[in-house]
Amino acid sequence: MSVELVRLATTGSVDDGKSTLIGRMLYDTKQIFQDQMEAIELASKNRGTDYVDLALLTDGLRAEREQGITIDVAYRYFATPKRKFVLADTPGHIQYTRNMVTGASTADIALVLVDARAGILEQTRRHAFIASLLRVPHLVLCVNKMDLVDYSEERYNEIVEEFTEFATRLDIHDLRFVPVSALHGDNVVDESERTPWYAGPSVLHLLENIYVASDRNLIDVRFPVQYVVRPHRMEYQDYRGYAGTVVGGVLKPGDDVRVLPSGFEGKIKGIDTYDGPVDEAVPPMSVTIRLENDLDISRGDMICRPHNQPEVGQDIDAMVCWLTDASSLRRGAKYAIKHTTRWARALVGDLRYRLDINTLHRDEEADLLSLNEIGRIRLRTTQPLFYDEYRRNRETGSFILVDESTNATVAAGMILGAAQ
Amino acid sequence: MSSYRLSHLSALEAESVHIIREAVAEGERPVLLFSGGKDSAVLLWLAMKAFHPARLPFPVMHVDTGHNFPEVLDFRDRVVAGLGAELVVASVQEAIDEGRVVEETGPRASRNRLQTEPLLKAITDNRFDVVFGGGRRDEEKARAKERVFSFRDEFGQWDPKNQRPELWSLYNGRHRVGEHLRVFPISNWTEADIWQYIERENIELPSVYFSHRRMVFERDGMLMADSDHIERFDHEQVFEAVVRFRTVGDMSCTGGFASTAATVAEIIAEVSASRITERGASRADDLTAEAAMEDRKREGYF
Repeated sequence: MSVELVRLATTGSVDDGKSTLIGRMLYDTKQIFQDQMEAIELASKNRGTDYVDLALLTDGLRAEREQGITIDVAYRYFATPKRKFVLADTPGHIQYTRNMVTGASTADIALVLVDARAGILEQTRRHAFIASLLRVPHLVLCVNKMDLVDYSEERYNEIVEEFTEFATRLDIHDLRFVPVSALHGDNVVDESERTPWYAGPSVLHLLENIYVASDRNLIDVRFPVQYVVRPHRMEYQDYRGYAGTVVGGVLKPGDDVRVLPSGFEGKIKGIDTYDGPVDEAVPPMSVTIRLENDLDISRGDMICRPHNQPEVGQDIDAMVCWLTDASSLRRGAKYAIKHTTRWARALVGDLRYRLDINTLHRDEEADLLSLNEIGRIRLRTTQPLFYDEYRRNRETGSFILVDESTNATVAAGMILGAAQ
Repeated sequence: MSSYRLSHLSALEAESVHIIREAVAEGERPVLLFSGGKDSAVLLWLAMKAFHPARLPFPVMHVDTGHNFPEVLDFRDRVVAGLGAELVVASVQEAIDEGRVVEETGPRASRNRLQTEPLLKAITDNRFDVVFGGGRRDEEKARAKERVFSFRDEFGQWDPKNQRPELWSLYNGRHRVGEHLRVFPISNWTEADIWQYIERENIELPSVYFSHRRMVFERDGMLMADSDHIERFDHEQVFEAVVRFRTVGDMSCTGGFASTAATVAEIIAEVSASRITERGASRADDLTAEAAMEDRKREGYF
């Protein structure tokens, strides 16, 4: 049986017991090595902490260790016989919203932790909101520290009810709950006997079994051209292939396609890989497409189907998260924009509102977005983008803004649609 | 629908190929760093796949410490010639001879840190602006925090506190003349993934990875290859042993261990049973300080 790659994002603070939960999963799936364990035991002792601080495993930067905080997204890897996990672990404080957004942008599953004693806090709502904004398809709420509430079913149900109620305001299509004690290992890897009233699976069992393959968009064919392959070799004299990553739909030889922006139509002659031609290509395969007819196609063009093409436009409404403290987003500012494999320039026509990510209140008086702030903007681009709503396709619905003077990535954007 | 599901190796491969193509499309003069180690062998293999049937659209660069395993140099030349690629060699010996760097002395001398100068010089001299490396986030804690597209200023420096956020599969390759990007296409691969992929794709590796007889001496719990390049302490006795190397760098900083694993399948079994990381098992250079790698990387190291 083949192993599947699944991307997770976890968020929360040390207080929620997140490190303990992750540490336990890594330890129980045998991903922490003896020399790493010895190194962090020693480092913990040097810092005068009386427990083994698993954050030291990945808090690799000098500044992080000196200040005892996680500054950046930490990537950790673990595997079970069924799945290999890429875990983006992000700090939970509001000043790290940009890290949470980064981690959530590629996640299949978001793990959000709450302390059973404290219940749903402002930060829990914020984490859930970010997961829903970034369209993480599955959200697992781990109600941790159940040992400190005597494994109370009543307390657990209160939290589940309160969170479910809040989640109706968000766009979360798969929501799960697990009562957990990370410290004692209840329902982390194995199902606990101390929660007989809970019939569901453990956290790891959920992570291993949540069906993620159907989260890809297999309906709308989208193939942004990355690179034109011209071999200049005798045996491939007339070869012209369009290399790229399938970000939507299923492509097959013989399919009719349309190419944007030209609008030219053609037929797929073959789909090549180094290992030979394939009968079909699906997300997220990287392939090279050949067409029957010679069309003028270059990087940044989009291959789609004649009767199912993305939106084509230069005036776009989007949600953005501002990622830098070096500047703020203001109306009238211009940036470079990268969308799929295409670069253009973009003008911020309007800042419609800034969202308070704790209360979801919209501040329409706001005149700028600063670091970690999220708002709705309208953009005008110098060239048309070939996009879908972010909720339909995370790849063709996302973009970044880049400061043209520093080349820094300053904003992450999620397209809502054509400007209203 | 099961045919639409990719195995984890295919998913990792697709991600890496995407990154490689993206970097080449956005750069002017790419180059791929090739040490002859398993990670760079996988990286080179992925790059070849990314542009097939075209030839590799960029040269391959080796930073030669002058203390390499001869088997690894043979392997390097054979692989590069097989691909019809151009090889650029940045030489540490030359840097020493020209007085650009000063060699360490004594039994603990290592040319590892000295690689940074010739590496950066070759990047500048050749005006390379995209430099592919085989770093993985699981191998070391400073690497774990590095971006896939990792920006370097005109001094080749990495600033870990000022990295570009990286979201979705949108990589920002913009840079000014004189600056460059280190690009790490196999960031998300683990040691186990590398070995499984080598097995699946039947990728050739230098012979030092596999069990063989060799004259060695013991240091810091590792079996170091005996050679003219390493001075021994008086108490360090040379003996013959059946060993292999889990990572392959310079002879002065790579330690081996007793092993009878002679095939990729046997190595996979051995690695999955190991309770020690590959760097802990084999890299003398990382045992010196908690932040050794971060410090080297800030200066422009791999």
